[in-house]
Amino acid sequence: MDFTLNEEQEMFLAMFRDFSTKEVAPNVEELDHEEKPPLDVLRKAAQQGFLGATLPEQYFGAELDYVSYCLLVETLARDSLSVAVTLATHVGLVAMSILERGTDAQKEEWLPAMAAGEMIGAFALTEPDAGSDVAALQTRSTLPQLLPSRDGSQTSPPVGGGLEGGAVLDGVKTWVTNGQIAGLFLVFAQGPEGVDAFLVPADAPGLTVGYREPTLGLRSVTFNTVYLEGCRVSEANRLGEPGAGLAIAQQAQDRTAVALAAAGLGVAGASIDAAVQFATERVQFGVPIAQKQAIQSYMAEAVTELEALRYLVYRAAWLVDQGQGAPFDFSVVKAHGARVAYGVTNRMLQVLGGYGYMEDYPLARRYRDVRALSIVGGPTALHQVRIAQHVFAERDVEIIP
Amino acid sequence: MDFTFSPEHQALRRLIREFAQNEVAPLAAEIDREGCVPFETLRKLGRIGLLGVCFPQEYGGMGAGEIGYCILMEELGRVCTSTATTVGAHIGIGAMVIYLDGNEEQKRKYLTPLARGEKFGAFVLTEANAGSDAAAIRTRAVREGDSYILDGTKTFNTNGSFADIVTVLAVTDPTLGARGGITAFIVESDMPGFQVGTHENKMGIRGSSTAELIFEEVRVPQENVLGKVGEGFISFMKTLDMGRLTLGAACLGGAQAALDWATRWARTRRQFGAELAHKQSVQWMIADMATEVEALRSLVYRVGWMVDTGQPFAQLAAMCKLYGSEVASRAIDVALQIHGGLGLSRDFPIECFFRDARIAEIFEGTNEIQRIVIASTIFRQHGVRIRP
Repeated sequence: MDFTLNEEQEMFLAMFRDFSTKEVAPNVEELDHEEKPPLDVLRKAAQQGFLGATLPEQYFGAELDYVSYCLLVETLARDSLSVAVTLATHVGLVAMSILERGTDAQKEEWLPAMAAGEMIGAFALTEPDAGSDVAALQTRSTLPQLLPSRDGSQTSPPVGGGLEGGAVLDGVKTWVTNGQIAGLFLVFAQGPEGVDAFLVPADAPGLTVGYREPTLGLRSVTFNTVYLEGCRVSEANRLGEPGAGLAIAQQAQDRTAVALAAAGLGVAGASIDAAVQFATERVQFGVPIAQKQAIQSYMAEAVTELEALRYLVYRAAWLVDQGQGAPFDFSVVKAHGARVAYGVTNRMLQVLGGYGYMEDYPLARRYRDVRALSIVGGPTALHQVRIAQHVFAERDVEIIP
Repeated sequence: MDFTFSPEHQALRRLIREFAQNEVAPLAAEIDREGCVPFETLRKLGRIGLLGVCFPQEYGGMGAGEIGYCILMEELGRVCTSTATTVGAHIGIGAMVIYLDGNEEQKRKYLTPLARGEKFGAFVLTEANAGSDAAAIRTRAVREGDSYILDGTKTFNTNGSFADIVTVLAVTDPTLGARGGITAFIVESDMPGFQVGTHENKMGIRGSSTAELIFEEVRVPQENVLGKVGEGFISFMKTLDMGRLTLGAACLGGAQAALDWATRWARTRRQFGAELAHKQSVQWMIADMATEVEALRSLVYRVGWMVDTGQPFAQLAAMCKLYGSEVASRAIDVALQIHGGLGLSRDFPIECFFRDARIAEIFEGTNEIQRIVIASTIFRQHGVRIRP
């Protein structure tokens, strides 16, 4: 057993902290209040290699292990959960899916641009009637209508690059994370052989980015409706085999569950730090409120929960690096991370009292932001079912969500 | 990073689990009913070396470190809280304080037979008016020639009724209090003036002996001063830090047991035409238990590793105790709920575990004291010294 970060991981962590303090922290309040996506931050993150964090060097990635990547997400989330979620969607959901499932040509085509931040990734899975129940997707991927050619045979209509085959996508995707700022959408659709996955550039004919949702928190993240109307994609845009979509989505979400839990660590840690600082300075009844047992109890419970979460998250990240880890492990960290992050932030807000409720202090923003962690990446209820599935599978009972 | 147990620790767990399942689990109900853990069980634990699991081999131990000790407590806690408590009081505090602060001769004379299970230990601190406020003890130790004369009464002493070697805290200088005025002593139960008083009749951990100990002019030779004169309070608090970690490990075992029973029952019991396992309300209870058990597991073994690698761990050990006791209590409560009326039946182990679980929120420092230990570390880093 060894719970230490190695030298490289320690070095990266220091670099992440430095970046977040200099480039993220000064801008987040304004971005949040103006509901602007963090484009400058993303550009600077790209310069540091963070937008290709886990990609190999040949695609201009930083080649971080997953533990280091989770430290990056945690560190960013200390200052801005919006930035952390934007990055985790780009890297963990989209770029890593291409890395794992893409052909060499697809990797060459998309990954360097993603690492450079020239192309931000968006994950288009959820639909109005398909959230947790991904098998209920309504978006269709159909074979292109064949056109008769002069010699009597049939060919599919030419698309970009003149490639044959491919598909036509039709449907509506909701709450597409990074929708408005994306250059590339990972779209999931029901095809003839099951759910298909496609890499659809933002400028593909038939893809329209629509309504941006006004949200409780994560106000610098753009969540958009995306319309696919006769959107013609070539075979070169298909990710994985036909019918492999659900597996691709699941793997991406399992991995990202760990990153979101790491984000929870960051939010909870930052909330605790703010409350400790406040409690040592705020004087009531003649003493700093740190002397009050009620406050001590809040702090002790918060730090205990944070520490009990910390190595659960790092262990799950380490499992990803080892190519191990079951859905159980990922759902445990996701459900617990979201719960701890919300519970801790809520209690730390209480320590600050009225100051915690004021938008001039970062705790109010964190509180609005952190609520999303119990929903994005699968609601806690879904992860609870997956955990129960694992526990009961050991006793030969199959649980249906 | 490496989150795997070493092959030695994996083998140790197999050994302990086998022992716990074969030698302890079948007796758990009887231990609760009869109010004692059979000596034979404790002797067997000693014979295979488990009562010295964490101590070096030169003192009769197994040398498996704190992680090894956590494994022992987890596996015992999974089958019988009374046995885990008895063993924990013996190893984790009774013998541990000698290991931490005893001199070479004391370790040979006292730690070695304790580690081998030839003798039993107890850690004697609490008094009627000194519980959380341990510095308020009144038991006196007065120097007389080459000896100290101990006078006083100690309450709630785990293993007190049968321990051969007890480590006792007494006041040597009332003007100095906890800082310099309290000293630890090693007392043998056959020293004249040492008496076992009343036995507590408890709600839970009924198989763990809790007795009053009376020291009536007990003459203790000065070579039995444990550590330095006046520094006993520090020795005892340091020992409790270790004990808190392994209590957390025992709670992990209890919570895991609750999860196992709840899962087993949920797949057996049918209502509305399906097993309870198919009801989401039950699935969520199980899922939340499993999640908390995993979080606790990562905390316990991380702190065990910190102890073994010589890092400061006091604050985190307090977290193990606080979080562990609460997770275990919640888990057993939920397991009882899933069992419905059967959860209240004394024919099922749930009822016993439910009574047993509550003590972990109280002993080895109440959870309120743990919160203060944790909070004082937090605020000390920010220049504020808090007082309980």
